[in-house]
Amino acid sequence: MSATIKIKKGLDIQLIGKAVKNIITISPQTYASKPIDFIGVFPKVLIQEGEEIQAGTPLYSDKYREQIIFTAPVSGKVKEIRRGAKRVLLEIIIEAGETLEYVDYGMADPNALMREQIIEKMLKSGVWPVIRQRPYSIIARAEENPKAIFISAFDTSPLASDYNFIVEGQAEAFQAGIDALRKLTSGKVHLNVLDDPATSNIFLETKGVQINRFMGPHPTGNVSTQISRLDPINRGDVAWYLRPQEVLMIGRLFLSGKYDATKLYALTGSMIKKPAYYKSLAGASIHNMVTGNTLEGKPRYISGNVLTGTRIIKDGFAGFYDSQITVIPEGDYFEFFGWATPGFNKFSFYSQFLSGLWPKKKYSLDTNLHGGERAFVMTGQYEKVFPFDIFPLQLIKAIMIEDIDLMENLGIYEIDAEDFALIEFMDTSKMEIQSIVRKGLDLMQKETT
Amino acid sequence: MKGLRRYLDKIKPNFEKGGRFEKLHSTFEAFESFLFVPNSVTLTGSHIRDAVDLKRTMSIVVIALIPTLLFGMWNVGYQHFIANGQEANLWQNFWFGFLQVMPIVIVSYVTGLAIEFGFAQARGHAVNEGFLVTGMLIPLIMPPDVPLWMVALSTAFAVIFGKEVFGGTGMNILNPALTARAFLFFAYPKEMSGDKVWIVDKPDAFSGATPLGDAMIGEVDKIPSAMDMFLGFIPGSIGETSTLAIIIGALILLFTGVASWRIMLSVLVGGLLMGLIFNLVALNEYMQIPAWEHLIMGGFAFGAVYMATDPVTATQTVKGKYIYGFLIGFFAIMVRVFNPAFPEGMMMAILFMNVFAPLIDHYVIEANIRKRRKRWQKAIN
Repeated sequence: MSATIKIKKGLDIQLIGKAVKNIITISPQTYASKPIDFIGVFPKVLIQEGEEIQAGTPLYSDKYREQIIFTAPVSGKVKEIRRGAKRVLLEIIIEAGETLEYVDYGMADPNALMREQIIEKMLKSGVWPVIRQRPYSIIARAEENPKAIFISAFDTSPLASDYNFIVEGQAEAFQAGIDALRKLTSGKVHLNVLDDPATSNIFLETKGVQINRFMGPHPTGNVSTQISRLDPINRGDVAWYLRPQEVLMIGRLFLSGKYDATKLYALTGSMIKKPAYYKSLAGASIHNMVTGNTLEGKPRYISGNVLTGTRIIKDGFAGFYDSQITVIPEGDYFEFFGWATPGFNKFSFYSQFLSGLWPKKKYSLDTNLHGGERAFVMTGQYEKVFPFDIFPLQLIKAIMIEDIDLMENLGIYEIDAEDFALIEFMDTSKMEIQSIVRKGLDLMQKETT
Repeated sequence: MKGLRRYLDKIKPNFEKGGRFEKLHSTFEAFESFLFVPNSVTLTGSHIRDAVDLKRTMSIVVIALIPTLLFGMWNVGYQHFIANGQEANLWQNFWFGFLQVMPIVIVSYVTGLAIEFGFAQARGHAVNEGFLVTGMLIPLIMPPDVPLWMVALSTAFAVIFGKEVFGGTGMNILNPALTARAFLFFAYPKEMSGDKVWIVDKPDAFSGATPLGDAMIGEVDKIPSAMDMFLGFIPGSIGETSTLAIIIGALILLFTGVASWRIMLSVLVGGLLMGLIFNLVALNEYMQIPAWEHLIMGGFAFGAVYMATDPVTATQTVKGKYIYGFLIGFFAIMVRVFNPAFPEGMMMAILFMNVFAPLIDHYVIEANIRKRRKRWQKAIN
């Protein structure tokens, strides 16, 4: 067993509304698959409105990589193919039927299958998109041999769901998923856990993986942070990564032959009356979770966490990769001389507010920007929450001027937009840094492939 | 408060696109966001944001300058009455200085802000808060007897040629406040040196030289006691004399994390080291001044705390900050002792290093790039 890897830089944002470990099973009426969840995918629709489908029926494929198929998480009827401006496909909404019926993709022992057979089964059933690659955070290219596969078994983002709780009782499926993943790389499968007594034995007793222990504040749980310490990504390298719930989906495919999209969502946030875990399927409508469970006021619904999640509506749907729904108050109010108040109740990374005297206090933060966008003035701040051997401000500027060579030299392959979420949170200039980084990654991908 | 908000909401459409005063949008935005933190919410990315903004950060720096401002006002009066052989109490000293210094502060702010608003307007940008600090720094590094038109002229020069031509706040290469001071120093050398300007209405018979002035002409024995220099009971620019007041400001900046401790520390180390080297060589009396005394003379402390730490003109990398600070301290003392034409080496050293800051950063970043490339080459071999 290797020594614990300690990460010093970072920030844990203390918020109110952590989910209690209590599972409520819900059966929403509608589910959706959203092509916008998948970076760089141009959907080609394979079904029609009104069509009867089963869980695992193909809904659409990627126009540029047709072998990548996205299937229905639930059986029922295609209710609506919703398009936005310029006919961009936003979501395919499915109305759930009375009973849950699955397309049978056949059970199999992954240990007895060849790499190609495993890939074929995962592609056909629509499970493949759970595996993503670095750089660029796009769905993995099946024809590539990644240098390693990384699984982060803990999430350090605000109010994140607890994977130890989520995998309880599913050791068999988890191991089956790992067995399949082991066949996909000639390198190692890294299972990264928190160095904590509460870490589940299901993770610690998994066979065929290298277990790495980590300790530290957010973004220690981000897979980029872990990769940077274990096996940094160089130019030309490809690594694959996924999260525990996605390993379970792979495992269940091989154990049962079904695309079983069962998922636990942590419903969190200061506007939720009873934060808890909800059991449903991928792409579930959040309607049943939040109705009657939200406090008075104007809420913002987020699929994911407050740093990187996607804004959705009250009848919106959980994102494909998200294990968490967060509801926080909107902050569309004016504050009289707000910048000059002592700030007893304002959460800040900096010691410019008196709230800094109570570091353990938990906050209900809203979506107010707390200022207007300004030029970059302060320096040396970003580095304090950015545990990489990368110059964040210089990389951001390289992206802004679209200097491909400089972006590569400064290490853009090693990071993802989510790694800049804390920087965006604490930025004095109020810039939209995650979208700048995402644009940089898109540009890089376009130029290099 | 609510009435004010209602009034602002009522007149706001006039300043927006298509409104009667569309062209004054930046001005309106500046005043509105001064009164109220805007109601804008996050649209993309992180849904929550830190409570900090540039207004907050800049006002902390202004607060950190207040001890030097208050002490400076008192000292202006104190030096005046001493030079004229009059007795005066605390309040008389302060009131005299207040009346002398306040107009300088006002002229600096009005000139600078007018130009800033004009440029923001013309560019359609928001007005940046950077000048809140610059506007306070400029009076503090002026001699107390400076004519107001010189303050206005140098401020205008600094804002236009030191900052706006480069693209405004965040883009400038030279520290704007020091640019103003350097402009005066080189444009009006007669008025800015000698011992006339350091004391208001000084009678000719009274010496009134600053410690650096004494040292420059070789009269090291005339330098005031270390205690007087530390507390600031000496002639000099308005805000720079009291090391004690500067230390109070430094503590505020360090506690809030607004200024870089790395720069402050390395400026001190650089200055001390150069002073010690001079002590070893000891060719003349000036070189024999104890190294630590250099730190409380002239603008060294003020420059280390408030000028060298300006984030825009300093180096941006952590390693770069150590190098940048060290060289400022080192050169400041070197210029001070070697070059009789520039009694104040700190200004020259900071402006000089401002110019070199991007180069230092370049090499620090190159090292990181090389390291990454080596790792990659090792991996493919």
